[in-house]
Amino acid sequence: MQARKSPSKTQHKSQSKSHSQKALRIFFRNKAAVLGMILLLLVILASFVGRFFTRSIPLKSSAPFTPPGSHEKVMLGTDQVGRDILAGILYGGKTTLLVGISAATITIIIGVVVGALAGFYGGWVDEILMRITEFFQVLPTLLFAMVLVALFSPSLWTVIFAIGAVSWTSTARLARAEFLKIKHMEYVTAGRALGMQDSGLIWKAILPNALPPLIVSATLIIGVAILFEAGLSFLGLSDPNVISWGAILGGGRPYFLDAWWIVTLPGLMIFITVLSISLIGDGLNDAFNPKLRES
Amino acid sequence: MAWLQLIIKRLFYALILILAVIVLNFLLIQLAPGDPAEVIAGEMGGATEEVLASIRERYGLDKPVPVQLGLYLTSILRGDLGDSYYYNAPVSKLILRRLGPTLLLVVTAIIIALFLGTFLGVIASQRPSSFFSSFVTVFSLVGYAMPVFWTAMMFILLFAWIWPIFPVSDMRNFLLEGPWWRHVLDVAHHLVLPAVTLALIYLAQYSRLARSSMLDVLSADYVRTARAKGLKEPVIIAKHALRNALLPIITIAGLQFGGVISGAVLVETVFNWPGLGTLALDSILRRDYPILMAILLFSSIMVIVFNILTDLCYQLIDPRLKTR
Repeated sequence: MQARKSPSKTQHKSQSKSHSQKALRIFFRNKAAVLGMILLLLVILASFVGRFFTRSIPLKSSAPFTPPGSHEKVMLGTDQVGRDILAGILYGGKTTLLVGISAATITIIIGVVVGALAGFYGGWVDEILMRITEFFQVLPTLLFAMVLVALFSPSLWTVIFAIGAVSWTSTARLARAEFLKIKHMEYVTAGRALGMQDSGLIWKAILPNALPPLIVSATLIIGVAILFEAGLSFLGLSDPNVISWGAILGGGRPYFLDAWWIVTLPGLMIFITVLSISLIGDGLNDAFNPKLRES
Repeated sequence: MAWLQLIIKRLFYALILILAVIVLNFLLIQLAPGDPAEVIAGEMGGATEEVLASIRERYGLDKPVPVQLGLYLTSILRGDLGDSYYYNAPVSKLILRRLGPTLLLVVTAIIIALFLGTFLGVIASQRPSSFFSSFVTVFSLVGYAMPVFWTAMMFILLFAWIWPIFPVSDMRNFLLEGPWWRHVLDVAHHLVLPAVTLALIYLAQYSRLARSSMLDVLSADYVRTARAKGLKEPVIIAKHALRNALLPIITIAGLQFGGVISGAVLVETVFNWPGLGTLALDSILRRDYPILMAILLFSSIMVIVFNILTDLCYQLIDPRLKTR
């Protein structure tokens, strides 16, 4: 695995621009990635705009356990208390997506800061930060998040913070590895010789060149965070006043043998969303990975 | 000797990690809103003033924080994980009863995922552009994107309605009588769906990883050498390629063990499997925090133990480490 280093590591700024253009072109030629893009756009449209096209709102009740297709007003049926599943899916998507993206942002920020400092400074800084990272890797993520949410009231922010707090470790390792690789390159040495500050070297010189793998991992982390949010709200550990796909699933669980649609449809939405995000992540990975590009 | 040294070093390190988890538990109790005594008692455990007073005395909650930490550490290291006021029983007893079922589920799932995943990946790597190979790629994407609790419920719908050959809830049939082996078979029968559900996510990932790492290894020089020597393809795969291709899979499997336990929480909940996961969820709903904290500690210890085992496996398999 170590031998897989890209041949073109001495990129300059002008080159990196054409590199990213080339990467984009490769990305859009990848059918699976484009399919993922289209699916994700549809999910986003449905979650943010779709609500304006339904006549019902999610919390309004009609007859409970109405199967899909049996009533013209509630196309996808109703749940155990008579809430419209379609409206629930359209409204709940916003929560799921926003929590996923916010949690992924926190994850990336913690991971990149820890990884960058560890990789750039090395020595005892690296030692301490990596021990902390290893400690967090030992904690079973969902259980730790469950404890956090249970101890500190189940609100959206607690959930976002808990997901961020448990999932940053792999990003930190990735960022550290990239920083270790790049910090010895000539242009960084040159920057240092020109009197650039450490912060300038870290954020302006090294980070931009470490971005491609970090972007790929950030994409995948959004998917993981969405699965995480769904799992927590499925277990009843989310803001009770906000509807989300996982919460609909969790609410319908006791009845799902009699009313399959309550759990099947929101779960399908989670599946499609995470699938589309992984397809995009894979596409980006292929586009940024020079070894695959040549073959 | 190198082995022994390594094991001692790993055990020492594991001990520090376990201490760190206990300190984390302590900090969480301190930082949680409300009176720590009430957090320890569990809010819905029906804690009376006397119970709270005895907790305050036992953990020295009126003393400075470092003293409290010391008392907390020593009581846990003595094996005293506190009492569940809901069950009116020591937490350690409750946990040990649930540990077995969780371990059974998790270990079975990992074995299925590792063996089947590697097998599928190796087959797929033989013809990288074949239909089967693309199937493995699609399967891994799909398996990864399905929320595990949803998969579990879809399986239950399938096996409860359409094809009722597996039990969909609990770990055993309590009415069953007969010799011991019938009970073993009964548990195995109940284990099928939960274990397959949990294995599916990792099976998907490992098959993909095995495929790509086999492809990497098969283009390496030593494999070309082996081919030039005229060795048969199965021998090359088994003796030269697979061994090296397994290394990244083992690394990832080790890193992901915490995730497997997390998945087990969800799978246990859906299948009503009597393990730590269902206990954790019940304890959250009852605000029975001592149990919750102990489960966090115990599952972290499981991860630590599994990491050590992974490390040892790595030593066994990696040919470069063996020659030293």
